[in-house]
Amino acid sequence: MSTGGDNSLRNPLKTARGYGSAQSGVRHWWLQRVTAVALIPLSLWFIGLALALVHADFVSARAIIGQPVHAVLLVALVVALFWHGALGLQVVIEDYVHTHWKEIALQLAVRFGAFIAAVACIFAIARIALG
Amino acid sequence: MTQTARPLSPHLQIYRWRVNMLQSTLHRLSGLFLCLGGLLLAWGLIAAASSAQAWSTFATFCGSPIGLVLFIAWSWALLFHLCNGIQHLFRDAGMGYDVPLRDHAKTPSYFATGWLVIAISVALTVVVWVCYFLRANGGAA
Repeated sequence: MSTGGDNSLRNPLKTARGYGSAQSGVRHWWLQRVTAVALIPLSLWFIGLALALVHADFVSARAIIGQPVHAVLLVALVVALFWHGALGLQVVIEDYVHTHWKEIALQLAVRFGAFIAAVACIFAIARIALG
Repeated sequence: MTQTARPLSPHLQIYRWRVNMLQSTLHRLSGLFLCLGGLLLAWGLIAAASSAQAWSTFATFCGSPIGLVLFIAWSWALLFHLCNGIQHLFRDAGMGYDVPLRDHAKTPSYFATGWLVIAISVALTVVVWVCYFLRANGGAA
């Protein structure tokens, strides 16, 4: 790794400590905001949908969920929701879990859990809307 | 991480209590709670995709006293996280700090908007549940 020469403003401390920058910059911060902006209209719409589903029986619930507009927006909601949630849980774990193996295990569990939950939701919506 | 002998920054008990501390704590707690809500959404969708019996199990849970309490908590958690998140986005854009107003002569708007966020989230939660009970009583809402 280059140290940048004598004229560099880079502090050699980052290499001295052996870790250095993760080179991911503001990616986490930015994705958290992008999914948040998406979730503003989606969650307001979802509250309306949830109220429409109150007391719905099996057949009418499927009819409501299966409407093309509802199905598409539900898929968008599920993707943004679990992505945003996984990013948030990641930070909570980084802040409070300091035992290395527990932190790795929890981070993996959050990623896998969010992914499988999103996939399961999308599969369910597709089955209702297309089946 | 190598420990250094730098002085520590003042910790929580040093600062005067302000509403943004409450907002920050509630934002994280509501976010954690909403992750559970996401799993409930997954349960509902999978139940609707599976069978009438699976849907009926889900609907029975939702209609139970525990379900109702959870839904009231979830609705407020969602609306608070939403309102506070919108405030976060405005502040990310550099808006709402109002430095000239941050004196002791009047309530700084920086903190007043914090109380406003909490009040709006509670008011919206009440609106949602009024709609719910109007529907439950066969109303046209």
